[in-house]
Amino acid sequence: MAQQELTVALVGNPNSGKTSLFNALTGLNYKVSNFPGTTVEKKTGSTKLSAELTAQIIDLPGTYSLYPKSADELVTYELLRNKAETNFPDLVLFIADASNLKRNLLLLTQVADLGVPVILALNMVDIAERKGIYYDIDQLSKQLQIPVVAINARKRTGVTEVKAQLLQTHERNKVKYFSLDFLDQKFLEEISEYTDKKNHYAALQYAINAAQLISTKSKQIRSIFDRFQFDSRAFQEKEILQRYHLIDDAVRIARKQKTGSLAKSITQKVDKIVTHRIWGISIFLGLLFLVFQAIFSWSSIPMEWVEIGFVKSAEWVQTTLPEGVLNDLIVQGVLAGLSGVMVFLPQIIILFAFIAILEDVGYMARVGFIMDRIMRPFGMNGKSIVPLISGMACAVPSIMATRSIENKKEKLITILVTPLMSCSARLPVYTLLIAMLVPAEAKWGPFNLHGIVLMFMYLLGFAAALVSAFVFKFFIKAERKNFFLMELPGYKLPVVQNLLITLYDKGSAFVWGAGKIIVAVSVILWAFASFGPRNNMRAIDEHYAQLMQSDSAILFTTEELATQKSAAKLQASYAGEFGKWIEPVIKPLGFDWKIGIALLTSLAAREVFVGTMSTIYSVGGDVDDLDSIRAKMSSEKDPITGKPIFSIAAVLSLMVFYAFALQCMSTVSVVQTETKSWKWASIQFVYMTALAYLSSLLVFNVLG
Amino acid sequence: MKLSKLPFGKEAIVESIADTELSLKLLEMGLLPGETVALENIAPFGDPIAVRVGEYKMCLRLQDADCVMVNVIS
Repeated sequence: MAQQELTVALVGNPNSGKTSLFNALTGLNYKVSNFPGTTVEKKTGSTKLSAELTAQIIDLPGTYSLYPKSADELVTYELLRNKAETNFPDLVLFIADASNLKRNLLLLTQVADLGVPVILALNMVDIAERKGIYYDIDQLSKQLQIPVVAINARKRTGVTEVKAQLLQTHERNKVKYFSLDFLDQKFLEEISEYTDKKNHYAALQYAINAAQLISTKSKQIRSIFDRFQFDSRAFQEKEILQRYHLIDDAVRIARKQKTGSLAKSITQKVDKIVTHRIWGISIFLGLLFLVFQAIFSWSSIPMEWVEIGFVKSAEWVQTTLPEGVLNDLIVQGVLAGLSGVMVFLPQIIILFAFIAILEDVGYMARVGFIMDRIMRPFGMNGKSIVPLISGMACAVPSIMATRSIENKKEKLITILVTPLMSCSARLPVYTLLIAMLVPAEAKWGPFNLHGIVLMFMYLLGFAAALVSAFVFKFFIKAERKNFFLMELPGYKLPVVQNLLITLYDKGSAFVWGAGKIIVAVSVILWAFASFGPRNNMRAIDEHYAQLMQSDSAILFTTEELATQKSAAKLQASYAGEFGKWIEPVIKPLGFDWKIGIALLTSLAAREVFVGTMSTIYSVGGDVDDLDSIRAKMSSEKDPITGKPIFSIAAVLSLMVFYAFALQCMSTVSVVQTETKSWKWASIQFVYMTALAYLSSLLVFNVLG
Repeated sequence: MKLSKLPFGKEAIVESIADTELSLKLLEMGLLPGETVALENIAPFGDPIAVRVGEYKMCLRLQDADCVMVNVIS
């Protein structure tokens, strides 16, 4: 018999254990894509139910109701509302937290009323029992008229029973909880006809959500509402209250609460410390410090491995392939771009390991709770703190992390300012430039002066993010009132398998998301830097050909000649032309046309600055030899005035420029996807570039 | 009494929610008339607050808690 497939949507509230159940059901048998038109991850996994039947399980973002408030929730609603969709589920596997059953069941009754068969997986029964709450599973199933299975997703118990139920349930009858009989039947039929949905609840629910939007369709829906004097808000309120009423009855009958006082939960004891005025803030700062340590010291070893790996493979390609354009393209374009992506992977994995563990344990919600008051004056909320902190590793995954922020204005502000946080790509640039300012061994008291300047650059980025957010607050229109309602889930021990899967997802999202663009930009820039006006390039070729023949050739080694030639070629290339063309604009900042070339090549990723500098100043061989690049740069003189190009003022100006400018095409692209508009991506690019330009102008002219 | 003024250690029953924009979201989150609430934590900077609603803990800002009227039960 041929394999049959059953499409199952996994639905539930946030913090109900949905991800754990998904992992327990599918293991590594899943793939990640995006929901159409969004950056919201869509995880689809398969699990074998019987010899003939496989279930395709779609993991949907957690939501509290079918009236979506955030981009995440919208995805769940969109999939469940449209029966014509290819992904429309044959049935819904609903996961609910037994220790907080009533609120979880609200969504279940809404989903069931859309006309999809539902199975309830009752999770965290053990936690409920610790609270003194016991459920009679058979009674609950009878009351709700749907199959109920008790599971423990974290310990992976009950998974076989869930699969057994999936096998049977797709033929079961559908249930209906909430009756629309109190409404005018003519009204329901008109809505049903207009929205082309037979199920009255699905039709009305869709109409209410659509009426919120601005479109011709919503206008017509509103006019139907008006004609029948239908108040959608009053209806929703009535709907929620009636559903809770139904749920109350069902839960009360199925529940056996032990009498006697409940012991104070561990969660409450921990929260007393974690949200304490002094301890709470100390713990937060301590963890932050630990994360920093991890990102900057632990990651240096794996980062070195990645670098060595790429240097070795570049050498191998260079010697194996015949010399020529293809060889150059692979080594200087593709491999250079790939290495620029992969070298940050260790930092990103470490950062996300911390975030994932803290999230899984339940601490991240507390960070939002602690920080909300501080973020609020800047037009953001407590949930903005996670993207901002992650922005110190890489803005790309951080911007993806903003989608849990419900309020559009707060989300947008967070997206706009996150790239100002000093990401890891700025680190090599700062390291090179700081070394030109202060000697490595300089001390200020017991501290290394180098480190202090570096820390100042991080603080500068953070301050710029806050100030910009404060300014944006006055320019971005709020669609609805700001509020900050969030569940503080009970603390749990982290699950290793969940952590590994999350890391794998984040890592591959970064490599494929940012990687594609960085490699593409790197190849384009390689072309700009390798080709130039034909006459100029030919002149250089001829000059060096002559030089090789002449007597003065013995003054240089072949290698030295080659590096000098490539420097000359870069200067004559289109990139060099661009540098000269842009020079009048950047001259007031203290930059010459050579720096202009580096500003252009940095668009792939900021750290490319270092590589470009080493090519321009023809430092042969090892690109990482910072000392020799620094020495060459320090001795560079202005051909007209004779003063050094890299004066203290110019170096500071360049550092400030790199702190503020959005020289990262991957960020531009992810912002475009996340906000679904080029408008905000362009505004961000323009404001950050303007901020960088003006600040550098100020620094150079005040100090110069 | 306003939920924002509820002292530690006292349980209260939700009476009504004033703000219309917020009320739907609060209702969905289970904060509805008749439900038992209690203050559990206050954030280090005095705002927001964490409140036990029925069987779980949620946090909200003081300005939003101002919109929720409760009756203290002894």
